[in-house]
Amino acid sequence: MKSLDWIQLSFYFGALLAFTPLLGGWMARIYAGEKHFLQPPLGWLENLLYRYAGCNPRQEMDWWHFCKALLWFNGIGFAIVFVLQMLQSKLPFNPQSMPNLSWTLALNTAVSFVTNTDWQNYSGEATMSYLTQMLGLTVQNFLSAATGMGVLVAMARGLSRKSGHTVGNFWADTVRSILYILLPLSLVLSVVLVAQGVVQTFTPYAVAISPEGHAQQIPLGPAASQIAIAQLGTNGGGFFGVNSAHPFANPTPLTNFLEMLSILLLPSALVNTYGRLVGSTRQGWAILAAMYLLFIAGLALALWAEYQPNPLMPGLANMEGKETRIGITDSVLWATATTDASNGSVNCMHDSLSPLAGMVAMGNMMLGEVVFGGVGSGLYGMLMYVLLAVFMAGLMVGRSPEYLGKRVEKAEVICAMAATLAPFAVLLILAATAVTTSAGLSGLNNAGPHGLSEILYAYASMSNNNGSAFAGLNGNTPFYNLTGAFAMMVGRFAVIIPALAIAGSMAPKRIAPSSSGTFPTDGLLFVLMLAGVVIIISGLTHFPALTLGPIIEHLLMQQGRMF
Amino acid sequence: MKTFLPAVRLLLALTFLTGIVYPLLITGIAHELFPRQAGGSLLASHGRIVGSALLPEKFSSNKYFWPRPSAGDDGTNYVAVPSSASNFGPTSSNLVATAQSRLTAFKMANGLESNAPVPAEMVFASGSGLDPDISPEAARLQINRVAAARNFSQEQKRALSNLVHREIEPPQFGFLGEPRVNVLLLNLALDSIK
Repeated sequence: MKSLDWIQLSFYFGALLAFTPLLGGWMARIYAGEKHFLQPPLGWLENLLYRYAGCNPRQEMDWWHFCKALLWFNGIGFAIVFVLQMLQSKLPFNPQSMPNLSWTLALNTAVSFVTNTDWQNYSGEATMSYLTQMLGLTVQNFLSAATGMGVLVAMARGLSRKSGHTVGNFWADTVRSILYILLPLSLVLSVVLVAQGVVQTFTPYAVAISPEGHAQQIPLGPAASQIAIAQLGTNGGGFFGVNSAHPFANPTPLTNFLEMLSILLLPSALVNTYGRLVGSTRQGWAILAAMYLLFIAGLALALWAEYQPNPLMPGLANMEGKETRIGITDSVLWATATTDASNGSVNCMHDSLSPLAGMVAMGNMMLGEVVFGGVGSGLYGMLMYVLLAVFMAGLMVGRSPEYLGKRVEKAEVICAMAATLAPFAVLLILAATAVTTSAGLSGLNNAGPHGLSEILYAYASMSNNNGSAFAGLNGNTPFYNLTGAFAMMVGRFAVIIPALAIAGSMAPKRIAPSSSGTFPTDGLLFVLMLAGVVIIISGLTHFPALTLGPIIEHLLMQQGRMF
Repeated sequence: MKTFLPAVRLLLALTFLTGIVYPLLITGIAHELFPRQAGGSLLASHGRIVGSALLPEKFSSNKYFWPRPSAGDDGTNYVAVPSSASNFGPTSSNLVATAQSRLTAFKMANGLESNAPVPAEMVFASGSGLDPDISPEAARLQINRVAAARNFSQEQKRALSNLVHREIEPPQFGFLGEPRVNVLLLNLALDSIK
């Protein structure tokens, strides 16, 4: 690595850490319903939205009511995206006359965007009309992000309220997330992206004739507005097939830096928001420390692996699937960040990463998307591990476990276990099905252990709602479309429902004052314990599969074996 | 019903806001402030579009600098709809064979010694299949070939070297990204050396 690489890395971490408390504090004010500077210019719109929808933002909901509102909101959202794709050939804003999608692909894509996964079994520029991109996909980029943020805030309320059974109001949390956080940030980012060269237009594709006389079709579309929210909302779905490797999606090192920063911006800041909402910023910083610990450990391993020469191709840096303007360090940094956050956008092809760097990307998702994770979803996923960590600590010393002064009991531990293990179970069962059926194996692009990695990566990505891919795998088959849709549903809602249930069951519990026997959850010991619990639970589940994929591929590569 | 109706109405209102108002607003701002970038940074010459400043086109003649190889190469040009990558893994025999043949071909075409180092981006396909850039070193290595194919005099060759040097884009703000040369822009400028 050159000194320039180290400077870029430090600048990235510096910017991220500087924005975390700033944005974190601002978001806490918004969710707590306090006054903030966007209220005078936008407050009328907020009230107008409530009035039109006929909902009362001040009416508190219990967890089940909150959950029902969320499920209706997501369910109808799914139907709209599905129908748009099935009818797009008849609808306006389709200058390239894109045909309707097959129902399995439309189903997979609709589930994918509603669940904040953004797994894509299609290439946007060759499949989707401008209308589908903006009215279907861009909208769900906002709504799925806001949904995750709402669940997190509900959990923070449940864990910190001193009495009552309610966890907040789903409508208010959703509207505020979009109006005051996601939209303003997206507006700023989109304009900067356009200034750097990201396209934003409704004109049909252009056709160029090269100096050597050959034609090239140039894809266009309203890309900047979608890419901005895709990065900020940890959606990550590409407007174009190759995502942010595409020069029209990520034209310069500046756009690369800003998009990469946007990937972790809100997931990191929301942990700070959480700390403030539960009344102790230290609680937030402790969780954040565990996240940064796991992030940096993965990044270090991936960078080391990617800079090792491939014995099969001596003397050549590993530039397959990478862009010249971005280079190796920023490709690996992005790959690590996007899989830690459940973003899933890519600026290099993960399929072509060295085996161990590919394993870090896969492993990050296999942790359950809790190292930052998705906006909201990452932290409520991590809170499941937090509950398990205090439960285990309680078992060790023989005291009944407490978190934030509230007793953690059987119901909460069962919910946390279910939320943690459901995506893992789906991942392993579906991957095992794929490697033992011809329908699964027919999608492979690589042979040998790398083929297993392609399938493992696909289900790790979908069942944890990441959305990045070892993109050689051809996923647009009924088998992958349908099993993938199932995995994404489980990965999203089998975590959301237990998370809200925990919020509901914790809300009425009494907060006991801390005593000398309380296990502090804001100290170094807890940070290490939490990171350890994440590694152990996920590691025990996934390590056997990883040894047969990337680990054995790494060892065979050292011996010069090819497939 | 008490939850269903607000869900539908709020969904419709937010769809209007984030799916229509927001993208149209950005499009409006983009066309006012950055019309060229928003429209794909198209390059025109003699009244017709020759390409985009952000996308590569295939050059196979010795009279031009060559861009990176692309998984979207259809034989005559680089396909941009859809964009594509090889997605070969590091132990793929396809990748190793392709890289070997590209390496040999690049050395032969540019008259390099058999053990001369070649920048990796000229051997490996990019992630987008549409990488417009190559490293400054990869451009320098092609100068002799281009100059010979164009029967350049010593003076013209010096002008060519200067041109390549001018076309090097340093890291943005001095520290972001990698130094690079945009091949299409270089080739368009190249035709003006008389």
